[in-house]
Amino acid sequence: MSDIALRVENLGKAYRLTHQTGHARYKTLQEDLLAMPRGLGARLRGGNEQHELFWALDDVSFDVREGEVVGIIGRNGAGKSTLLKILSRITEPTRGRAEIYGRVGSLLEVGTGFHPELSGRENIFLSGAVLGMTRAEVQRKFDAIVAFAEVERFLDTPAKHYSSGMYVRLAFAVAAHLEPEILLVDEVLAVGDSEFQKKCLGKMGDVAKAGRTVLFVSHNMAAIQQLCQRGMVLSHGCVTFWGDAPSAIAHYAQNIQAVHSHSLAERQDRHGSQWLKFTRVAVCDNQGNEIKQVLTGQDLRLRFYYASGRTLQNANVNIAFNVRSPQGYLLTNLNSVDTANQRMDIYPTGYFECAWPHFNFRSGTYDCALFCEVQGEIVDWLQSAFTLQVEDGDFFGTGRLISRSQGDVLLPYQWSSHGSA
Amino acid sequence: MNRFGTQPTAVAAQRPAQAPSRHPTVVVQPTHGLAALNLRELWAYRDLLLILATRDVKLRYKQTALGVIWVILQPLVAALIFAIIFGGFAKLPSDGSPYLLFVFCGMLPWNLFAGALQRAGNSLIGNSNLISKVYFPRVIIPIASTAAVLIDFVVSLALLLIFMLIYQVAPTWRLITLPFFLLLTLLAAIGVSLWLSGLNVYYRDFMYALPFVIQVWLYASPVAYATTLVPAQWRVLYGLNPAVAFIEGFRWAVLGQSALTGEMVGSATLVSLVFFVSGLYVFRRIERGFADVL
Repeated sequence: MSDIALRVENLGKAYRLTHQTGHARYKTLQEDLLAMPRGLGARLRGGNEQHELFWALDDVSFDVREGEVVGIIGRNGAGKSTLLKILSRITEPTRGRAEIYGRVGSLLEVGTGFHPELSGRENIFLSGAVLGMTRAEVQRKFDAIVAFAEVERFLDTPAKHYSSGMYVRLAFAVAAHLEPEILLVDEVLAVGDSEFQKKCLGKMGDVAKAGRTVLFVSHNMAAIQQLCQRGMVLSHGCVTFWGDAPSAIAHYAQNIQAVHSHSLAERQDRHGSQWLKFTRVAVCDNQGNEIKQVLTGQDLRLRFYYASGRTLQNANVNIAFNVRSPQGYLLTNLNSVDTANQRMDIYPTGYFECAWPHFNFRSGTYDCALFCEVQGEIVDWLQSAFTLQVEDGDFFGTGRLISRSQGDVLLPYQWSSHGSA
Repeated sequence: MNRFGTQPTAVAAQRPAQAPSRHPTVVVQPTHGLAALNLRELWAYRDLLLILATRDVKLRYKQTALGVIWVILQPLVAALIFAIIFGGFAKLPSDGSPYLLFVFCGMLPWNLFAGALQRAGNSLIGNSNLISKVYFPRVIIPIASTAAVLIDFVVSLALLLIFMLIYQVAPTWRLITLPFFLLLTLLAAIGVSLWLSGLNVYYRDFMYALPFVIQVWLYASPVAYATTLVPAQWRVLYGLNPAVAFIEGFRWAVLGQSALTGEMVGSATLVSLVFFVSGLYVFRRIERGFADVL
């Protein structure tokens, strides 16, 4: 039996909740000076000042053996990234301890330490040093890194002139050549084109085969399935499952649903003539496979299954659903009238499909109403017909999740600069 | 353990009873009170220090038309302005040396000191992306910023040699003490920077106070004037400012004329050491929270 690589005991991390919003979490001296007498007073009275604490990670214990590849799965905010941050010593735990046997390398982001003004060559050394390699080590692996990233011709070009694909490839290449005994990886594979993703997965597989220990956080169940022997499910800061990877995925899948449309067919609180009734809502990916979670930035297909008492050809169909934000605001209405594609056939059983490329709402639960009008007659109409459960994804394909403080909606865009007369 | 009522299915089922035979490389746990300085770890990361310092230098004059010429121009123009206003109009005494040489000699260590404070003071905030994404001894960041300012110093030093040639000041044996005064400058600069940069993460007030502090400090130091201008009974108090000793030290080593005393050097060394050691401990104490605040 191999040795322990990682022993985590009752690890917990609490953040003090401030009632400010966004990222303005640093204080001003004035605030602290003003708060000081209050705190002192409370202490003198023998009571501790009550802070509202949020446990991002709560009493987590587990052991990992050398050479094991562990997949960590869970919703956004389940504590996955906090766990990796504590293990890589970026932040301190509030309680508990972790014993680490071996050199740790962490890859929490693609391109950590990269600077756009510096050349590819300079960035390789910079990023290598930031990730914990010595200069000599980078020198030794330099050719391999360049070859892996396929950027030979652009080594002396500033990184800001790189295409985003090249940038990501080079950044990953540096990190991939870090040779720690324990590797902590957070969702960095969600970048680049699928060809490069395959290459990255292959490299991760090599790392695992070389007998190194890997902790791997991902939303990509296929990657977890392929790479990991063991799986951990985190929920609200606690470990809810810890075992072999396929069971962990199954456990996670059981507890999540991209779309909730609770007994849609049986609902009585519906309007319309009812000769056509919605029976089920499904969310699919681009290939039409049903999916369990919706990530921001994904191409989606929403399918609205129905049963109809009539069969019609080339009918005038107004099919629509609207989306309300978690706060209850009406965000949008997706219907076949506005896009002028309302000529549709009606089958005895079938589904209407709405393609929604590059899904752009942030994480949260969205409440949706469903409506269908055929030849001017409302046939089925349900308020709160289903909810969409959305997780933050890598919208811009940069390997980074966009800070939530930037707003609730993401749009595709591209900046450029132009001179003008 | 579970506050949300979810049932643990196989949590930590196969935990082996025996403790691992080896010693852990790292133990991660909450630390209380003072943390060890862990200088060995700092040494292991020396390459990072070097690379971050060179990065700062490379980036500083990118996209400027004059580039490296700024390194020469800045101290030169500043010295000229001082020479015209304080030496020319105000006729401040310069202990018998040519005023331009006198003021340049004082500006050499002062610019290093002030530049280090300025750059290191904001360095942690400027590198927040690194701090929140990867571990390394945080102390490297302000020290690397200080090291980057050293490059400017070296260029100015070459300029000083040219001035010496022009004014025909012959170097004496005293010049070999220059490295000591340079070290004193760095010790004081890094010591103060450690305090400033660390506290700046928690209280951004320091960012706004810093230029003001540097300005006051400049006038409390004998850059534009000679220490002899300070009344004798105040000299002891005045000497607590470490800048007095390293500035006068530079003048003593280069020009040979200075009000430098042994007590000044002693008190400056002591004050700088206090700043440095306390700064290092305070920094280590508060650096654990950096990633949570930045």
